[in-house]
Amino acid sequence: MASRITIVDYGVGNLQSLKKAFAHLGFDAIISEDAEEIRVSDAVILPGVGSFEAGMRGLKLRNLTEAVQHVAVHNRPMLGICLGAQLMLEQGHEFGVFDGLGIIEGEVVRFDADAVKEKIPEVGWNEVYPGTETSWEGSILVPGEKPRMYFTHSYIFKPSRKENILGLSSYGGTEFCSVIRKGNIYGCQFHPEKSGEAGLQLIRNFTQLI
Amino acid sequence: MKNIRIIPTLHIKGPNVVKPVHTEALRIVGDPKELAVRYYRQGADELMYLDIVASLYQRNFDFELLKSVSEDIFIPITVGGGIRSLSDIKNALRVGADKVAINTYAVSRPEFLREAALEFGSQCIVLYIEAKKKSEGKWEVYTDGGRESTGLDAIEWAKQAVGLGVGEILLTSIDQDGTRKGYDTKLTSAIASWAPIPVIAHGGAGNAAHMEEVISKGKADAVAVSSIFHYDDCTIGSVKEYLDAKGVAIRRIPQFH
Repeated sequence: MASRITIVDYGVGNLQSLKKAFAHLGFDAIISEDAEEIRVSDAVILPGVGSFEAGMRGLKLRNLTEAVQHVAVHNRPMLGICLGAQLMLEQGHEFGVFDGLGIIEGEVVRFDADAVKEKIPEVGWNEVYPGTETSWEGSILVPGEKPRMYFTHSYIFKPSRKENILGLSSYGGTEFCSVIRKGNIYGCQFHPEKSGEAGLQLIRNFTQLI
Repeated sequence: MKNIRIIPTLHIKGPNVVKPVHTEALRIVGDPKELAVRYYRQGADELMYLDIVASLYQRNFDFELLKSVSEDIFIPITVGGGIRSLSDIKNALRVGADKVAINTYAVSRPEFLREAALEFGSQCIVLYIEAKKKSEGKWEVYTDGGRESTGLDAIEWAKQAVGLGVGEILLTSIDQDGTRKGYDTKLTSAIASWAPIPVIAHGGAGNAAHMEEVISKGKADAVAVSSIFHYDDCTIGSVKEYLDAKGVAIRRIPQFH
């Protein structure tokens, strides 16, 4: 039976481009806002753009937080993208302090405008390189490469544990965590579905975890 | 260092890509899907897709065409032309757009920009300014494909739109558009030098040196390019090579297998 890949629809963002990317790679990902469908999925994609609070509100409104956490607890492959990845952390600091899904320890904070010597938000392509205490071996990133991915964000992950920092990037002289990982759970600050061949490669690698 | 984005721009009229001169006179260039795929494969950083008649004739946008164009493209696509409701934006996103560029309707109802940014996020909303030089250091905003003057000062309008929550500005010089004589570097700088959001310079690219100029002197965060790519005068690869040699940070061309 074909694997069930579910793109979680919680009312934020553009899900079609993700579905299109999976279709291009030969996978029929379904878009769903149904908790039961998500709970029984083989792999879950948590997409999203917008504010942290709106994202959590969207998940709660549809009673999806528990289903997403359930998939994470069972270490089934999960890919958070942009806001979706931020929600995996414990807390977000956008327009106030809000609780996240708590799948990975840490918080989401704004770029430090005094330290970053460029415009915020960061919009455009940036390089991703390995974290200091993690290896890309056996991960969704290809060891030895420094892929360029498409970012559009003002907020960044701040994981508590270095072992969860899979990828780093640098913007305006400030280094930040651009990929988080805990087992089969991954979160990217960038948009792999809009990052050309490098992004498609990451998604292809993700499907191989299933 | 921040990577400068090279953004091929498709001006769409009916089923064709056309080449506007001063945003008006038109010549058919080719098939939208074919060009989009070619630019994607050449290493375009994004794609700009502007329906140049939808706004003018209050005509609805051809969503089916956009859907087919975006099908095999995995880079951000900004869509403009005739967007005048939240449902227009939703429909555009549904068929492959990642951002929308809004000009005419934003001028008639600026509050729409705020509503759109709240609904879809600032990253999705691009203010599209078409500006014509009035005097030294003064540019006026035009709408409807450069046909209607508005009396608005381009710099003031950009400031207002930033306050309303737009995420980027696509800045077209009507004077330079289609001339291949270079961007209006002063216009670009007059907005990009203070704007807290990225500014995409548009109109007038004739060669890679023009791009370098509007990046270094105009402070452009990205350059939109149409004619010279359409006619193979240069490729995205050759432009990036040139910029790289000049010390401009760009995304290296991915290798296709």
